[in-house]
Amino acid sequence: MSVARFWRKQPQRYNLIGTSCETCGRAFFPPRSFCPECRRDGKIVDHAFAGTGHVVTFTIIRTASEAFEHLTPYVLAIVELDEGARLTSQIVCTIDEVSIGMRVKNVFRKLGSDGESGPLYYGTKFIPVK
Amino acid sequence: MVGIVTYGAYIPRYRIRIGEIARVWGANADDISGGLGVFEKSVPDLDEDTITISVEAARNALQRRKIDPDGIGAIYVGSESHPYAVKPTACTVGEAVGATPVMTAADYEFACKAGTAAVQTCMGLVKSGMIRYGMAIGADVAQGAPGDALEYTAAAGGAAFVIGNDDPIAVINHTCSFTTDTPDFWRREGQSFPRHGGRFTGDPGYFKHVLGAARMMFDQVGTVPSDYDYAVFHQPNAKFPQRVAGMLGFSREQLAPGLVVPTLGNTYSGASLVGLAATLDQAKPGDRIFVTSFGSGAGSDAFDIEVTDAITSDLFTPGAAPTVTELLSDPIYLDYALYAKHKGKIVMQ
Repeated sequence: MSVARFWRKQPQRYNLIGTSCETCGRAFFPPRSFCPECRRDGKIVDHAFAGTGHVVTFTIIRTASEAFEHLTPYVLAIVELDEGARLTSQIVCTIDEVSIGMRVKNVFRKLGSDGESGPLYYGTKFIPVK
Repeated sequence: MVGIVTYGAYIPRYRIRIGEIARVWGANADDISGGLGVFEKSVPDLDEDTITISVEAARNALQRRKIDPDGIGAIYVGSESHPYAVKPTACTVGEAVGATPVMTAADYEFACKAGTAAVQTCMGLVKSGMIRYGMAIGADVAQGAPGDALEYTAAAGGAAFVIGNDDPIAVINHTCSFTTDTPDFWRREGQSFPRHGGRFTGDPGYFKHVLGAARMMFDQVGTVPSDYDYAVFHQPNAKFPQRVAGMLGFSREQLAPGLVVPTLGNTYSGASLVGLAATLDQAKPGDRIFVTSFGSGAGSDAFDIEVTDAITSDLFTPGAAPTVTELLSDPIYLDYALYAKHKGKIVMQ
């Protein structure tokens, strides 16, 4: 991934900055610049998601790509944020802890790195809410 | 008056028992734990480092008090384990808490006292009127070479303190420092692990500087140990802070709330600040806290802190973020092999 490409997405990845439509109230993540419901009547503004939500569904990754194989086995889930948007994220917990419907909240973690000497990438993962 | 506006700590969930490390190196676990007064230590997750720990501590601080992130005019992060040699940890923290771009930032390194040096810098900027709030963080994923004595205590964690003038939950009455050129512990450029002077780190290092700064504080403020409700010292192990507290005339009761090293380990730049956070977790208005850090190289920063009524006011919500005791609960224990993987001590091709 190029340095510029990740840098552009820092607001999303660090702080879950998406967008919402002021006309219908729907929230979007990743951010949309156009509301598919309200179309030209929509008014899109930045929206900072609270970072809380629940697990819609999940899978256990046991055979990962090279960049993530040191994390196996790990939980990858579709998380629905409380404002309604859904995203795919790692859930930081043991594979026995996760369940569908489990409440989660955002945490700041290392997402990866560009080799031994390239930049480090940080962003949002989720942990169970106790 | 300048003081602590809010604070937060963060400790990773993983632990390794000292006995497990001793088993691998053929050492006597009882002798080591008995000698150090440390029984287990925290270990970072595979995706945690000083940046993620700093961000989590900073966010915990801001959960407890709703201050405008734009009012944070400076962020300083003290650590021995900044992930980058060149590129500030503090910039990522600033971005992650929404304080950028109108702020200054820098990373500090002064062995285990870089976090308290950051507190002093923020105090100066606030007192001079240059900034409204400054955020000082001490955090580390502490390094200790396999088999070295440091490996039994080198832990992961940190704490963040927002310094300001607006209704602080604790005012900092005074600070002073004691610094010399003492090569008791060091890590050369490009080296993965620090080295140390063994027993030399004790009397010419830790004790000379902690006693120097602490006695300087008593002289300058005109206090004695009994004037304080609590005392927090740098805690590379449990024995050093207990011994120095006794030499100065503090009791075990004054030391107890902030002595977290037995189950946390030594979080290097985070150590004295996590101890202060644990003490503030149970402090009440009017309580007076004596803090003295230590960083090899070497120096100590002393602080005279007095808790205010704001800590129990509507301005501050302590329950909005976990206490140090809560952060230490519900650990996941690792064996040495998984610990080595978490710490990057296994080279993978």
